[in-house]
Amino acid sequence: MSDHITEIVVFTALFLLVSGMGFVAAKWRAPKDMAHLDEWGLGGRSFGGWITWFLVGGDLYTAYTFVAVPALIFGAGAAGFFAVPYTVIIYPLFFLILIRLWSVSHRHGFVTPADFVRTRFDSPTLALLVAITGIVATMPYIALQLVGIEAVLKTMGVTGDSALARHAPIIVAFAILAAYTYQSGLRAPALIAFVKDTLIYIVILVAVLYLPYKLGGWGSIFDDANAKFQASPSPNDGITLNANNQLQYVTLALGSALALFLYPHSITGVLASKNRNVIKRNMSALPAYSLLLGLIALLGYMAISAGVKPLPGTNPGTVDSNTVVPLLFDQQFPAWFTGVAFAAIGIGALVPAAIMSIAAANLFTRNIYKEYLRKDATPAQEANVSKITSLVVKVGAVACIIFLDPQFSIDLQLIGGIIILQTGPAVALGLYTRWLHRGGLIAGWVAGMGLGMWMLYQIPNAATGRKHFGGSAFPLAEFGFDTRRTIYVGFIAVAVNILVAVIATLILRATKTPEGVDGTTPDDYFADEGDPRLEKTRTTPDAIGSST
Amino acid sequence: MTEPARSGRSDRSPWNWLLVIPIVIPLLTPLYNRDDPRLLGFPAFYWVQLAFILLGVATTSAVYLATRRPRAKEAGDE
Repeated sequence: MSDHITEIVVFTALFLLVSGMGFVAAKWRAPKDMAHLDEWGLGGRSFGGWITWFLVGGDLYTAYTFVAVPALIFGAGAAGFFAVPYTVIIYPLFFLILIRLWSVSHRHGFVTPADFVRTRFDSPTLALLVAITGIVATMPYIALQLVGIEAVLKTMGVTGDSALARHAPIIVAFAILAAYTYQSGLRAPALIAFVKDTLIYIVILVAVLYLPYKLGGWGSIFDDANAKFQASPSPNDGITLNANNQLQYVTLALGSALALFLYPHSITGVLASKNRNVIKRNMSALPAYSLLLGLIALLGYMAISAGVKPLPGTNPGTVDSNTVVPLLFDQQFPAWFTGVAFAAIGIGALVPAAIMSIAAANLFTRNIYKEYLRKDATPAQEANVSKITSLVVKVGAVACIIFLDPQFSIDLQLIGGIIILQTGPAVALGLYTRWLHRGGLIAGWVAGMGLGMWMLYQIPNAATGRKHFGGSAFPLAEFGFDTRRTIYVGFIAVAVNILVAVIATLILRATKTPEGVDGTTPDDYFADEGDPRLEKTRTTPDAIGSST
Repeated sequence: MTEPARSGRSDRSPWNWLLVIPIVIPLLTPLYNRDDPRLLGFPAFYWVQLAFILLGVATTSAVYLATRRPRAKEAGDE
């Protein structure tokens, strides 16, 4: 432990600095009345271009991404680089969709995607499904942020052997996070994101300039990686793709892109911005993070070239490949700089964890508490319930890590991407058309979810020796095709979801099943800052078309 | 079933079709799934995909600039 003392000191100092900022954030851009969900849960819906860039960037590109993507490249090579096309296509894909969602939410005071579905399709049941899907998909994602911090702590040697000693630093870190999120709401991660992203950019720029120089240049780094994959017995690794995993690569990139902006925490970041132009400009500016992610991914190859050997995993005989990037820094850089890099990863976990817990809490408050438990809740009560729920969510995430195998969280997160995709037809298509019947959307959700789970259950993992839930690459041979190609589970599941929704809609319409009343008007989807707001809690004279 | 839009605003524009390019191109693996030619030591697989980021930025920026609403409506914009 003593040889890591400088790293620990730098890490702790930076960690305490941002914790202080988290508490002070409540006074930053302070509102007249903090006791409103718009203030606590959406930062007053007032963030401009820069804040949104840091906030959404810090939200989408999490600590886990920064640790796991290079780990994937380290282990499998080219297949792990899907993170780059994934984060390229996401912005043009959501450019038009998100501004519509922002407009209609601005107009109606929606806080969550399920709020929109509730009003658009006049169906509390469908909204409940969207809310529960969001909460279930988000929980393991929060737990994974802890995996990111743990990889760093492990490398610094501050984790003991007993279950409690191993987790004590994480419990302390999360208790501090929970306290300042409770107090400051979305303002806390927004302010901390400035520090986090600045640190990450500095660390990565230094790493990608200095390490190739030290390791003999980019050419030799790629050659070393190629030599490793040539020597390995696995058929699916290599520095380029092979015939069997190209379809998986493309569908995983597309499916992950479709899923990312359906996650409640991404939508929370978007709804917190102050107008449509802020979102549009960010769709052009956020890819700066994709470039960063691409370079971080290549740290996996640098680790191969530097001869990094990952630390042992929790189970005997396994390795924790998430430790390759922390180890690379530990081996190659002076201790103080390694401390900064580790702090960047650690703080990088706090920003998304805070936003995710806020998003999950908002879903619970708006679509379960207010819908089913207390219909006449005031905005102040809503804010209060959300604050308490955010604490519960974090305790749940810590419990996941302490009491369950971390691998379980990783599996759940894999499932999370696939299940959140099943809300796509209601949330994303719903922004364009109300043609799909609410009953059809529910049927599609059930079909997509069922098929997705079945497919995941069929996938074994050769590396960990498990028979089920071993990955997201589904062999097409299972469907009876004579091929060794694989495809991303979420892609098939959402296609079936849409197909079932369309068929069920045709049947429900033929049988004249009531489809409810659309609470939105076409004009709502183009509303901008300064336009009058409709709020369900008040009766505004301007409530045009809300009953047409 | 719904009233006609009150202000006649819309986000329709032929410029939006530009957005299809950065969605489709990165998904065509035959375009970049090879080692040669290398650039600064990077195999084609890597530098071509990193270059797609610029393609994405260029198209979304072009669409934003071409479809921006007149300033008068954006009094509160920074």
